[in-house]
Amino acid sequence: MGRINTQLDTLKADGRKALVPYIVCGDPHISITVPMMHALVASGADMIELGVPFSDPMAEGPTIQLAHERALRQGTSLRDTLAVVKEFRQSDNKTPVVLMGYINPIEAMGYQEFSRQAMAAGVDGLLPVDIPPEEAGPLIDALKTADINLIFLLSPTTTIARAEKICRFGNGFLYYVSFKGVTGADRLDIDSVVEKIDQLRTLTSMPLLVGFGIKDGQSAATVSAVADGVVVGSVLVNRVATLYEKSASDEQIIGEVSRIISEMRSAIDER
Amino acid sequence: MVKQDKVQYRDFPDADGHFGPYGGKFVSETLMSALEELAISYDHLRHDADFIAEFDQDLARYVGRPSPLYFAERWTKSIGGAQIYLKREDLNHTGSHKINNTIGQALLAKYAGKTRVIAETGAGQHGVATATVAARLGMECQVFMGAEDVQRQALNVYRMKLLGADVVPVESGSKTLKDAMNEAMRDWVTNVDSTFYIIGTVAGPHPYPLLVRDFQAIIGREAKWQCLEQTRQMPHALVACVGGGSNAIGLFHPFLSDDNVAMYGVEAAGDGLATGRHAAPLNCGQSGVLHGNRTYLIQDHDGQIMPTHSVSAGLDYPGVGPEHAWLKDLGRVNYVSATDSEALAAFRELTQIEGIMPALESSHALAYAAKLASTMKSDEIVIVNLSGRGDKDIHTVAALDHIEI
Repeated sequence: MGRINTQLDTLKADGRKALVPYIVCGDPHISITVPMMHALVASGADMIELGVPFSDPMAEGPTIQLAHERALRQGTSLRDTLAVVKEFRQSDNKTPVVLMGYINPIEAMGYQEFSRQAMAAGVDGLLPVDIPPEEAGPLIDALKTADINLIFLLSPTTTIARAEKICRFGNGFLYYVSFKGVTGADRLDIDSVVEKIDQLRTLTSMPLLVGFGIKDGQSAATVSAVADGVVVGSVLVNRVATLYEKSASDEQIIGEVSRIISEMRSAIDER
Repeated sequence: MVKQDKVQYRDFPDADGHFGPYGGKFVSETLMSALEELAISYDHLRHDADFIAEFDQDLARYVGRPSPLYFAERWTKSIGGAQIYLKREDLNHTGSHKINNTIGQALLAKYAGKTRVIAETGAGQHGVATATVAARLGMECQVFMGAEDVQRQALNVYRMKLLGADVVPVESGSKTLKDAMNEAMRDWVTNVDSTFYIIGTVAGPHPYPLLVRDFQAIIGREAKWQCLEQTRQMPHALVACVGGGSNAIGLFHPFLSDDNVAMYGVEAAGDGLATGRHAAPLNCGQSGVLHGNRTYLIQDHDGQIMPTHSVSAGLDYPGVGPEHAWLKDLGRVNYVSATDSEALAAFRELTQIEGIMPALESSHALAYAAKLASTMKSDEIVIVNLSGRGDKDIHTVAALDHIEI
C-alpha cells in the first residue's frame, strides 16, 4: 500500500482530517522548497501537493499564475521538481507527495519516463488538472506500473454519470473542486459542498478531499467536517509572494506559511 | 505515412474529438459537462433544417456571401506562371472570414439560451466579429486580448468598444493570443452557466475544432463551384495562411477528397525558421497538449510553451488546430512558411498591383502563392484565401516605414 492510502487510512482510523498544503516548486526560488515542505509537515501537514511550474496554468487565478511565473523565471523544470521530491524523501519517508500541474511537461518527458523517474524520486500521486479520464488511458497504464496514484478532479458541474466514471478510474483519493472558477477566488459555498460531498459518498468509498476557497482556519474546519481533508493553496502562495516582494528571508517566508498551516491544523482538530 | 486513399475525411474527428492522435478534450473537470452538452446540441443542430436555414440566411444577408472568387490578372501576369484567384473573404462584413464562425456559434449560443458570450482575439478580427454578432443578438460580450496585441491593434480595440464589447487586456505570460485564450478559459470556468465561449479558431477542446471547421467550410464549398463556373476546371492548388488554421481548414476541407488538388498551409516564419523567432509549430514544433487539445506546439524540451513571433498578431500563436496536425502527418497538406519580410512585400505588391490591401495574415499566403505560381504552368489555377483586409494593419506597416499616422 502506498503512502497516500496509508496516511489517509491512518487519519480515518484516528478520526482526523487531512490537511494538504499546496506550494509551487521553485517559488520564489528552488532552494526554499525542500525546507518549506519539511516545515509544513512539522506544522501539521499530512500530505504535500507540489505544483509543477507551467507556462500556461489555465486553471489558476492570478496568485498561483504569478507563482508559476516566478518559478519559471528561475528555470524550475519538471526534472527539478522531481529532484526536490527526492531530496525531501531523504529525511521524510512517510508524508505523501502529490505533483499537481498540467499534462504538457509530462507529455514532453514521456509518460513512461516520467513514471520511472517519479517513482525513483518518491512521488506518490499525480494530479494533472487538464486531463480528464476520457484522455487518460495511456497515463493510467504508465503510472500503474510505477505505483503512482492518478488523482482525478470532481466539480460542481460533474454529473452523476460522469462522477461514477471518474470514481472508477481514480485511485488514492478524489479531489473535489468546491466551486466553478479558478484557484484563489472567494466563491466557497459550504452548503453546495455538503450537498455534493453527500452525493459523492453514495458513489465511492474513496477519500474525498476538497480544494479551492479554503482560506483560513474557519473555512478549513467547516469543510473538513464533511470531507476527508482540505487542500490549501492560494493563501499560502499569496503569503510567499508578499514576503518575497518585501525581500523577506527564507526563514521568515517559511515561518509565515508554517504559521498559517498550524493555525488551520488547530482549527480543524478542535472542531 | 498513412495511405491517403483510405481516409474518409468527413468521418473525422471521431466521437471523442480525435483526429488520429490529435484533438480530444484536455480541460479541467468543471468544463467537461459544458463541452458534452455543446457536442450533443451541435450534433443535433448541424442536421436541423431550421438551424441550417437561419445560418445560411445570415451568411447571405448579413455577411454578404457568397464572397467573390476574383482572378488577379495583373498580379498573375507580373509573376508569370499559374493563374491566381483570390477568395475574397476580406469583403465579408467586418472584413475577414472570422464572421462565418461567429455567426454560427452565436446561433448555437442563442439556441442554448446563453446571455453572455466571451472570446479571445489576437489581431482583433475574431474579437470584432464576436462583438458584432453579440451586438446584433443583444448579448453581453467580453473579449480577452493580450496586452501586447491591444497595443498593436488599437483600431480593432476601439471597434470592439464601439460595438459595445468590453475588451480585457491580458497581462499574464507573453501577453499575446495564447494568454488571451488562457484568460478566456478562466472566465468560462467561472461563468460556465451563463456564458458561451466563442472560440475563434479550429483549436481548443472538442467539439470546437469540428464546429468551427463546419462553419468555415462555406469558403471551400463556394470556391469549388465558383472555380468550376469561372474556369470550367478544378483548381490545381489551394493556399491559405495558418495560425490556428480556421481560414485554411475552411478552404481546404471541401477539397480534401479531391486528390488532384494540392494544398499549402503557410505558417508565419517571423524572422526566419532558423532564428527561433517564428510562429510555425507544424514546421518546427512537437506534439503536446495546450488549450484543450493535443497538437503540434512550439515548446522547449521541458514542455513549456515558448514565446512566438510574427509581424501579424493573428498568426502569433504557439499551437495549431488538431486537424492540421493530422493532415500534416497524413501528408495531405503541405505546411510551408513565409517570413515577416516576405509577407510585407506581398502586402505591398497586391495593394499596388491589384488595388487590394490584404491583412498581414493573408499576406503570408500571398507570399507563398507567388513563389508557387511561378513554378507552375500558365493553364494551371491557384486559389489563395484572402482571409482578411489590411486596414487594421496600416499602423504596423506605417511604423515599419517610420511614418507616424
